[in-house]
Amino acid sequence: MAIEVRIPTILRTYTDGAKQVEGTGSTLDELFTDLEQRHGGLRDRLVEGGGGLRRFVNVYLNDEDVRFLSGLDTPVKDGDTVTVLPAVAGGAL
Amino acid sequence: MLTIPRDLHDKIVAHARADHPDEACGVIAGPAGSDRPQRFIAMMNAERSPTFYRFDSAEQFRLWREMDDNDEEPVVIYHSHTATEAYPSRTDISYASEPEAHYVLVSTRDEDATEFRSYRITDGVVTEEPVTVVE
Repeated sequence: MAIEVRIPTILRTYTDGAKQVEGTGSTLDELFTDLEQRHGGLRDRLVEGGGGLRRFVNVYLNDEDVRFLSGLDTPVKDGDTVTVLPAVAGGAL
Repeated sequence: MLTIPRDLHDKIVAHARADHPDEACGVIAGPAGSDRPQRFIAMMNAERSPTFYRFDSAEQFRLWREMDDNDEEPVVIYHSHTATEAYPSRTDISYASEPEAHYVLVSTRDEDATEFRSYRITDGVVTEEPVTVVE
């Protein structure tokens, strides 16, 4: 068993078009580092230089936005589903 | 080209008017690959701002999961500008993340007339498209 990661359309260029990939890790941070091994460049779209989650990318552990859990330090385990959705946002400026 | 039924066009306009002066936002879902907008979903603007909008993250998750289960996709993603023209701004362009969607922009800056325009936004490039409202 592994952790299922659902990938939004615009990030599928990093996964050869796959809408779902698998990874391992005991925290979200470790999971993203694991995914980077096979999908180079993906981590940078999710994590900013300073080390936090990118502001306009939503990451969910099962049904919950990880911003309300522990962000990148959120523990994950086999059988979990992590979903990535770019925020839908914009405005006048 | 965006082809949209009259009632859905009018729902977008009504939502924008109702939320003015805050920006209104939402989705019209349709069967995946059909390019047909069918199901109107008004979304909460989590920013509640006259110059910015953002879908609430939990609401967005539920809707995206629902569309996936229904084999639907977001055919239209709409939002309103309340004091500027109905044209995608720099932030609209940088956050556009659904390359297949029609980005509808409505402006409520004029009390008596609502601007309603549609665009494709892919790789940072904006292309306006004609809108056909079907009665």
